[in-house]
Amino acid sequence: MIYATNGSGDCKNAVSIKNLTVKYRETPAIAGVSLDVLEGDYLGIIGPNGGGKTTLLKAILGLVTPSCGKISVYGRKPGKSEKLIGYVPQISALDKAFPITVRQVVQTGMLKPNFTLFHQYTQKDKEKADEYLKRVGIYKLKDRMISQLSGGEFQKMLIARALAVEPKLLLLDEPTASVDASSAEQIFSLLSELNQSMTIIMVTHDLLAVSSQVKTLACMNGRLVYHGGTQLNEEIAKALYGYPLDLLKHGGMQGI
Amino acid sequence: MLLSLFQYQFVQNAVIASIFASIVCGIIGVIIVEKRLIMMSGGIAHTSYGGVGMGYFFGFEPIIGALFISVLAALGIGYIKRRGGTRSDVVIGLFWSLGMALGILFIAMMPGYPPDLTSYLFGSILSVTRGDIYFMAAFTFIVVLVITILFSYWEAYMFDEEFASIIGIKTAFMEYLLFVLIAMSVVVLIRVVGIILILALFTAPTAIAGLLAKNLKLRMVLSIMIGSLFCFAGLWLSYVLNVASGAAIVILSAIGYLFVYITFLIKSKLRNEIN
Ligand SMILES: Nc1ncnc2c1ncn2[C@@H]1O[C@H](COP(=O)(O)OP(=O)(O)OP(=O)(O)O)[C@@H](O)[C@H]1O
Ligand SMILES: [Mg+2]
Repeated sequence: MIYATNGSGDCKNAVSIKNLTVKYRETPAIAGVSLDVLEGDYLGIIGPNGGGKTTLLKAILGLVTPSCGKISVYGRKPGKSEKLIGYVPQISALDKAFPITVRQVVQTGMLKPNFTLFHQYTQKDKEKADEYLKRVGIYKLKDRMISQLSGGEFQKMLIARALAVEPKLLLLDEPTASVDASSAEQIFSLLSELNQSMTIIMVTHDLLAVSSQVKTLACMNGRLVYHGGTQLNEEIAKALYGYPLDLLKHGGMQGI
Repeated sequence: MLLSLFQYQFVQNAVIASIFASIVCGIIGVIIVEKRLIMMSGGIAHTSYGGVGMGYFFGFEPIIGALFISVLAALGIGYIKRRGGTRSDVVIGLFWSLGMALGILFIAMMPGYPPDLTSYLFGSILSVTRGDIYFMAAFTFIVVLVITILFSYWEAYMFDEEFASIIGIKTAFMEYLLFVLIAMSVVVLIRVVGIILILALFTAPTAIAGLLAKNLKLRMVLSIMIGSLFCFAGLWLSYVLNVASGAAIVILSAIGYLFVYITFLIKSKLRNEIN
């Protein structure tokens, strides 16, 4: 593949964000965010509800339009980066009653941007989908209707679909939100493995995972409060949640 | 006795019209129910009344006016929905009444005795002409073709529009296309069930099929079959009782849906009791 390189964009950056502000109507959801994500990085984004984490991901995907600032994804504008990014959304947005099987969902990740008339998924597509399902550990559920999946299985299916895009960058929005401890562990170990071949940005409320899994950390609370190593300190925690770190570590972190 | 009816041209036309109506309803109905576009489809349908009035006033075929206005409404509502500014249900409500009002205005301004519009409002399947049939055939063909040739994309779009757009599928284009297809379906349906009663035929067969069928293609095919059943039965009722075909079809659809729904309810109750 050939990527357009622009003069200012550093080739080593998977994502480069400069002074980004996104507003819904008049109120800014995020303001003045500047953030570079290196190729091969595993970035964890934490922050309180409404902190603008999802909005940041959507800006990178080109789903929301910034009111000012610049984003480039591998030197391309957001929304023009199709097939470079795999996205795992917060599942609450999807219709679980939709009549489709697990394998068919994964196959949709393989669709190409240009319309192919009378497109049919090939035998090879099926085998590839099965491959991804094995990878996330739900191969045996391949012919199930999605309405019959548990929250964690659904989440793994969405990860498989994102992998089917064969992306260079994987964005995940709270992939362990509705998942039990052992499934969460499986997902995290899968992500670590994937990180060897792709850049990952993950939004999470799971602070334990953050310190043990990711390589770098960003804290969002309307603006970018912190970006750097995974060691959280008092000052950042206060800026983020308004109370000291101890409480965070011992109180229920999922609730934040 | 039923077979001898088929000798009549008007009965043949009515049966063919029923089939076309069921096909567009089955296919488009499944999509609009899933994408929650029922009210929007109702809006497009009612707006087309303005086109019917326009046709009468300017002296062209009213159904052409309906087609023109409903496509325009579809694109207008689609554009405003996409821009996001105003809430789309507000716009739909406005188009809905504005279209009806324009229709009434045009008819009122016509010189001479006003035409009878009940066939457009409530359907009149027994008065479908050969010309109507060709017209309906053309649009049914377009709807089926567009859905079939892009089926994989429609499936992805319906399940998760956001994801589809991220992988580069032109979802904005698909949405406009869908709205235009809805407008075309409305035009196919007007002669059969009428503007006011279209929503029932879009939703009842689809809802029943939704209870029974486990994949999207099957759901569409089943909707078509259930829709045809309602249409044929309604057609017969309309002939025997001499009521508007739309009313007969809609009443049967509603009864049919309730029947299946209650059957399912009882079945799941029984299953729970056994367990
Ligand atoms: N579609 C929208 N329209 C209007 N305001 C929105 C919209 N989406 C988000 N917001 C607002 O933008 C702010 C940031 O929201 P965002 O969803 O990015 O937060 P988040 O960090 O992902 O929160 P959570 O942890 O709850 O998922 C919130 O104040 C929210 O109310
Ligand atoms: Mg969020």
